[in-house]
Order: sequence, then structure tokens, then C-alpha cells
Amino acid sequence: MLKLERKELVDLLRQMLLMRRFEEKCAEMYAMGKIGGFLHLYIGQEAVATGAISVLRPDDYVIASYREHGHALAKGCDPGKIMAELFGRADGLCKGKGGSMHLFDKANHFLGGHAIVAGQIPIGTGAAFASQYEGKDQVTLCFFGDAAVNQGVFHEALNLAALWHLPIVYICENNRYGMGTAVERATPVRELYRRAEAYGMPGEAVDGMDVLAVRECVGLAVERARRERLPSLIEAKTYRFRGHSMADPGTYRTKDEVEREKQRDPILLFRDHLMAEAVIKESDWKALEKEVRITVEAAVRYADASPEPPVEWLCTDVYVSER
Amino acid sequence: MAIITYREALNQALREEMRRDPRVFLMGEEVGLYQGAYKVSQGLLEEFGSKRVIDTPISEAGFTGVGIGAAMVGLRPIVEMMTFNFALVAIDQIVNQAAKILYMSGGQYNVPMVIRGPGGPAHQLAAQHSQSMESYFYHVPGLKIVRPGTPKDAKGLLKSAIRDDDPVIFIESELLYGTKGEVPDGDYTIPLGVGEIKREGRDVTIVAYSTMLLLALQTAEELEKEGISAEVVDPRTLRPLDTALIMESVKKTNRAIVMESGAGFAGIGSGIGAIISEQAFDYLDAPVERVTGANAPTPYAKNLERAKIPSKERLIAAVKKVLAV
Ligand SMILES: Cc1ncc(C[n+]2csc(CCOP(=O)(O)OP(=O)(O)O)c2C)c(N)n1
Repeated sequence: MLKLERKELVDLLRQMLLMRRFEEKCAEMYAMGKIGGFLHLYIGQEAVATGAISVLRPDDYVIASYREHGHALAKGCDPGKIMAELFGRADGLCKGKGGSMHLFDKANHFLGGHAIVAGQIPIGTGAAFASQYEGKDQVTLCFFGDAAVNQGVFHEALNLAALWHLPIVYICENNRYGMGTAVERATPVRELYRRAEAYGMPGEAVDGMDVLAVRECVGLAVERARRERLPSLIEAKTYRFRGHSMADPGTYRTKDEVEREKQRDPILLFRDHLMAEAVIKESDWKALEKEVRITVEAAVRYADASPEPPVEWLCTDVYVSER
Repeated sequence: MAIITYREALNQALREEMRRDPRVFLMGEEVGLYQGAYKVSQGLLEEFGSKRVIDTPISEAGFTGVGIGAAMVGLRPIVEMMTFNFALVAIDQIVNQAAKILYMSGGQYNVPMVIRGPGGPAHQLAAQHSQSMESYFYHVPGLKIVRPGTPKDAKGLLKSAIRDDDPVIFIESELLYGTKGEVPDGDYTIPLGVGEIKREGRDVTIVAYSTMLLLALQTAEELEKEGISAEVVDPRTLRPLDTALIMESVKKTNRAIVMESGAGFAGIGSGIGAIISEQAFDYLDAPVERVTGANAPTPYAKNLERAKIPSKERLIAAVKKVLAV
């Protein structure tokens, strides 16, 4: 286990808690009609983005799917700007043009949320290609779901990355469902990490509910990518506590299953661990809750205060030359 | 000015731009060792090495996506489609990703990338290798589309496309690679969105590009013998489109014909024809005519292939129709 200072441990807990409370607020705002479109919550999977992104340098790249609020927060995107984007406001990360599924933040090297399943996988590979081309030692983390591994571009991208020794870590967040399709109904070989064998790259599974385990596993892969230019495939076994999106009641899963999985809540597990190790006390937890609530409320206030994008923006950002 | 082929002109553009900017690289199937399926990248591997002239496996969606990601973070990729028909395998990456990232990111990330290769009907290649792909991309905001018809244009436009900060679809033609023309010495560019009157005339405007440009110019010579003076306007880029130039010509001749080798239904001619009708209706003495490929896949048989593609005879008939002679 990588030795972590108390501050780092608390930061991981805070990060996960912020994701959770932020998204619970999103669900509320969606119910109130302030957020529209598709809203895919990351609740239950927080340990993956938190643990993985915690090992990165600020200039490393992250790219993700449409379920990317957590990754954006972990990469340092401003919660107020994210919320404003979800509200479709002018001060949103992407001026209100991207929305929940398309958060991009160039300043934080966040290459976006992408809504075509697996579409981001070759693009992340391209960022790693550029790092290698320019002789830089940046690493790219590329996140996707378990359903994405059945797309052709998954194969194409991993083949290219292995062939060209690109500094990238592919992180498959196996939450066991692609919308309503259980992974075993989509994929004959259920240990998704084993697909790495086909490309001659390291492949490993990790408990995606254990933030420290994710951090350690991804940390090693990131070092390997940075020093040896070896890509890896990591399968983080996780679970989403909510439906696929706000529109999904999730009837394809039994109540029992969901309740059982909720016992493995990554945030509570980690909190209890830190308490058992006497890293934090009950009062520290309460203080964190309060701190996070203030951040989320400020984000909502910021989003509420931001105006709608002017209609003149409709046809801007179509071409750089007409910007 | 040197007289060189369209292929050499493209090769010069690639070479000069790669010399000028180390961020420019070429990627695709057979672009390196094999020197390009149509030899457009001849000699580039030797000069720039395998770091910048990159042979890929057959995986259009994969390497197009790699180009997009590389472009987002600062490189200037040129992705070669062995023929543009295969771009359909990567159409998700091109349409859903490359064309949209600037917009979705609120202007933060741009995709300065060229996707190039030959397209359009050629020597009995049959349905899957003989499509005029421009109308597939014409519809998509966020893409620029270039279809050069002469060596001079090919070189000047490719250099502009490489320097452009948006994704550019640059469609060449197998039938044009061997054609020759004068190309200015030294570095020059032709801006995207600026067309050219390739032949002055009084009686009718023929809008034509790529291989249809050559057909229009030959046909215009024949019409001249009959006393009909046709003006041939080459938009060169379809998006952005030099609407002003087309209108200027139509206002002078009062008659317009739009040509394309692809199927006419929802094609380029529909688009340009509608713009002419909207913007120059009062100047028109006849409805805009379209001379297009037949609404069928491109057949293999020589005679059928000939029938699929616009011909001199069909263009002459269209000209006579708008002139009511
Ligand atoms: C190419 C494509 N096909 C279908 C969809 C519709 N769709 C959106 S998400 C999804 C399930 C994806 O599941 P997974 O990759 O496991 O990610 P998760 O939602 O579990 O994070 C589907 C089918 C899509 N967005 N893109």
C-alpha cells in the first residue's frame, strides 16, 4: 500500500463525498426541471474516478463517457461551472452548449464527456499519441463502461496503443450493466480485464469500491505508462446505485441485489476504515459533510445566478475561423 | 511556373507543410513504406521518418479517433483515407466527434485535422469504391469540405487545409491524380471558401468542381462552337461556399446549372441550387438545373458506369434547356 499522509486520505474522502452530494443535488435539480436532457449519475462508483485521478499530475489528460461528473470534479473542474453547465447557463464549463454529457475543461486537461458509447476511447488514445509524439511524459486516463468493450473502436484503440507503446491507462468501470443489459448478456468472457491479453498489455481487475485499491492499481499503471510507455487495461469492479439515467427506474435489477451492493458503499467503507485506523473522528466527518454541503450550495447559487446563453451564441463555436 | 501532376502537387503540399511545422504528421493505411496507395505520399517516409509518416493497421475509426485526440491537444494530423468510401467506417468519429467537439466544449477544444484521400467514381471500381462522398459531410456543421479540381488548387488548398484550425474533409479523385497543370513556384495558399471562375462566359453559369469541372470546361468549348458562351464557376470548397462568386456569375448570365458526380437526391446540387433560387431568384430566366449522377449505386459495367455519371451530352441538354434553344 502506498503510504499516504492524513491530509491525502482525507482529501480522497472529501472528493468522494463531494461527488455524492453534488450528484444528489443534481437529482433534485433535475426533478425541479432545472436540469434537462439525460442525466447519468455516478453514485456508487465514486471510488474509481477519485482513486484513479488522484495519482495524476495536473497536466495529465482524462477523458470519459457521458457519466462524467465525478471525473470532472476529480480533475479539478469548478463545481459551480459544472452545475451552471448542467443548468444550461452561459457561465457553464462549455457555455451551456455541452450539458451533462459533454463537460470539457481545457484548463484542467479534461478532454470531455462523450456520449457515443466507446467514442472517446480512440480519442483518448490520440491524446496519448500526442504526448509520445512530442516527447512529453504526460499520461492519459481513458474511462468507459463495461458495455463499451464490445464496440469495434475499443479493439482498434487498444491495438494501436499497444502497437505504438502509448502512455495511456484504459479504465473500464464495470458496473455490471449497460443500460438494462447485464454484462453476462453482452460479453461471453466476463473478466473484461483479460481482453488486455489480446494486445499484449497488462490487464488487471481491482475492487472499484475500494478507493485505496484503485489508487494503488492505477498508480502502478500510470507509472508504467509514464516511464515505460506501456498501456494497461484496468477493470474496476463497481456498481451504480441508481438507474442508468434519471429516466430509468432500473427494473432489470432486483431490490435485493441493489440493497446488497449498497452495503459496499465506497464512501462509507472508506470513512469507516479511516475511523477504525483513527485517522478521522466522527467530528471530522461532520465537518467534511458541512464543508461539502457549502460547496454544493454555492455551486447551485452560482448556476442560478448565471444567465442563459445569449441566442447569438447559437451559431458560434461551429468553426474556429468564425468564432 | 512548373507543370506538374495533381498527385505531385499534393505531395509537395504535404512535404512543405511537414517541413514548416513539426506538429504536422501523416497517418493512414500504406502511407509510409508503400508510399501511398495512390502514391500521394511518395518519398515522405524517407524524408520524415516513421514518427511522422505513420502506417496504421486497417482501423479507420480507430486511427481517425487518434487523429482527433492528437489534434485536441495540439498536433496537426493529416489522416489519409485510402479511398473516401472507407471514411464511412469512421463516420461516427468524423461526424459525432470531430465536427462537434469545438461546439460541445463551448469553444475550448478545436480539432485542427485534415482527413484526405480520393473519392468519386473512377475506372469501374463499382459500388463500394465509387461514391462521391461530399454530400454526406456537406450536411454537417463543423466540417469544412474541399474538392480541388486542378493541381494548382490541390496544392494551395491542401496547404490551407493543413493550417486550418477546424476539421477539413479534403476529397481528391483517382481520376485527377495524373492530370497536369501549372503550379506556382514556392509557397502559396488558396483560402478555403474562395471559388474561382475557371472560364468566363455570358449565357449560362455552370457550377462544377473536381472531375465535373474538367467535363464542364470541355463541354463549354464545344458549346462555344455553337455560339453559346458558358461561364464555369469552380467553388473549390463546398463548405465554406463562395456564395458571392456564384451569385455574381448568375446575376450576369441569368441561368444556372449545378453539376456533381454523386446521386442528385439531397445532393450538393440541391443545396447550391436552393441557395441560388433564394438569393438570385429575380435574376433567373429559368429554373436552376441540376446535372448529377443517377440515383443508383455506381455499377461496374463500363456502359452502365458511363450512364451513371454526368456526361457532356447531358450537360449540353441542360444548357439548351435553360436557354430554351
Ligand atoms: C453507440 C451508442 N449506442 C447506444 C447508445 C445508447 N446508450 C447510452 S449509454 C448505454 C449503455 C452503456 O453502458 P456502459 O458502457 O456499461 O456504461 P455505463 O452507462 O454503465 O456507465 C447505451 C446503450 C449510445 N449512447 N451510443
